[in-house]
Amino acid sequence: MQMDDTIIERMEFLAKLSLSSAERERAGKEIEKILSYVEKLNELDTDGVEPLVHILPEVNVFREDTVTNEDGRAMALSQAPLQREGQYVVPKTV
Amino acid sequence: MELLRMQAEELSGRIKRGELTVWEAVNFYRERAALAEPETGAFLSFPEEDALKRRADEVQEGIKSGRYQGRLAGVPVAVKDNICTKGLRTSCASKMLENFVPAYDATVVERMQAAGMIVLGKTNLDEFAMGSTTETSALARTKNPWNGRHVPGGSSGGSCAAVAAGEVPLALGTDTGGSIRKPAAYCGVTGFKPTYGRVSRYGMIAYASSLDQVGPVGRTVSDCAALYEIIAGNDPRDAVTSKKEVHIPWAELSGAPEAVERLKGMRIGVPKEYLGEGTQEEVRKAVGETAVLLARNGASVEEISLPLTEYVISAYYIIACAEAGSNLARFDGVKYGYRAKEAEGLQEMYRRSRSDGFGKEVKRRILLGSFVLSAGYYDAYYLKALKVKRLIKEEFDRVFASFDCLLTPAASETAPEFGTSLPDPLQMYLSDIDTAGVNLAGLPAISIPCGFGRNGLPLGIQFIGNRFCEETLFCVARAYEELRGALPAVWDKEDERRECSAGRRKAV
Repeated sequence: MQMDDTIIERMEFLAKLSLSSAERERAGKEIEKILSYVEKLNELDTDGVEPLVHILPEVNVFREDTVTNEDGRAMALSQAPLQREGQYVVPKTV
Repeated sequence: MELLRMQAEELSGRIKRGELTVWEAVNFYRERAALAEPETGAFLSFPEEDALKRRADEVQEGIKSGRYQGRLAGVPVAVKDNICTKGLRTSCASKMLENFVPAYDATVVERMQAAGMIVLGKTNLDEFAMGSTTETSALARTKNPWNGRHVPGGSSGGSCAAVAAGEVPLALGTDTGGSIRKPAAYCGVTGFKPTYGRVSRYGMIAYASSLDQVGPVGRTVSDCAALYEIIAGNDPRDAVTSKKEVHIPWAELSGAPEAVERLKGMRIGVPKEYLGEGTQEEVRKAVGETAVLLARNGASVEEISLPLTEYVISAYYIIACAEAGSNLARFDGVKYGYRAKEAEGLQEMYRRSRSDGFGKEVKRRILLGSFVLSAGYYDAYYLKALKVKRLIKEEFDRVFASFDCLLTPAASETAPEFGTSLPDPLQMYLSDIDTAGVNLAGLPAISIPCGFGRNGLPLGIQFIGNRFCEETLFCVARAYEELRGALPAVWDKEDERRECSAGRRKAV
């Protein structure tokens, strides 16, 4: 798998990252090397094999929708890089 | 020094019998840590002395009133810094969370508090647990207590180094692909990764959710089992936690002859793929000697084959990175964590915050994860890896139909020197070959020290059990520990040095 700038830039967009051109070149080479190793999986015939996401058989574990926590608003907000009047502040979006 | 040689359970016993106060125990380890830290660098933060003292007094009171009666009441414990502790910074060793103070405790921390344990401090790790050496930490360098030129292993390097250096009797680590077992092997301590779904991950900052599991690090199997008993069990806040009962074989763990007796007829498989050419000769020899020792004591030990082992790392890294990419999407500089100062507009703020806040290894894994999940590549990489994961799980299932547990190395070599692993990420990934299969199949496994290499660094072996069969695993591990006999600790080396220099002084 060849990693050209277009692919890396696409990954940066999806991952919300911005690499410098030197970082991009390095990351491209390293990821290429890793991908060429993991392509080893193609040696295995997996036709008809169901993908396995969860190792345990439990599905749809439900619980009652009850409130267990107290009001942690002040504590939660105290971690925000920027807040005003009890709300998170972000750069202008529109 | 006498306190230092005590198992955690014995320490708790003395406290409960009133021979020692909680604060004396806590303060002993606090002072030891203060002394060792400039060299080891295992911790990222400690609670304020006042807070620690208040907690010790509260536990002392609770022991008196009968509220705390468990095996580890009064025992100090270190917590890996990707596990949330209310009011105590939890950084994941990342610039992203350098100033993050959680509003709540992780379930495992809550349970340790409820059992009368005292959190002594938070330990270093590879950034967001991504790494095998603890070198990707953005905040500190942890050295191997046996030799400061070598890494402690990772990602739970701080927890394992702290236990090995005698800075704390027990610690919590997390294991996604070997992050408890590998550093345990490198540092010469015991590390246990429970079955996936045994221990709640609520409050553990996620790396790869289908693989992550919290587990204990200690000096002995029995200490690890005692801590595991406290943290394990169903938690409504982590939907994958099992409702199966947690049972610890205390008779075998406290009485060595009982454990050795349990070995009789135990079927132990030694997969030959784990002893291939990438494995150091002395590691291979250690596994061979262990097999002989167990067989001589009544176990039936057989070489077996797990042919899919060579595909483990490929499947593991695709799945782990895919999940990491998704899990780490939450770090956007809005609600908590690092925010880049001079960014124009929301998108730019996201991208700058993440690019400056995350280190190289984390960014590499997020990019790789985004790639394997992206349109056009999803089927070829991610879906393929999930299919291979099923094949690997089924291969283990077939083996466990006729074996009680497996014996393998915990790491294919002793701890590498600083600076030798990171330049080639793929090589570092490949070094997880002994441990990552266990995570893909959700199995429990324990890493136990088995001796030392020629370079004086610890060697570790690993026992792997079937899902939810921790009990068997503890018995085999305890029996092995007994048959192996005591190994020197880091502080024995300290003693030796002191005696040597005293001897020299005398000679002069």
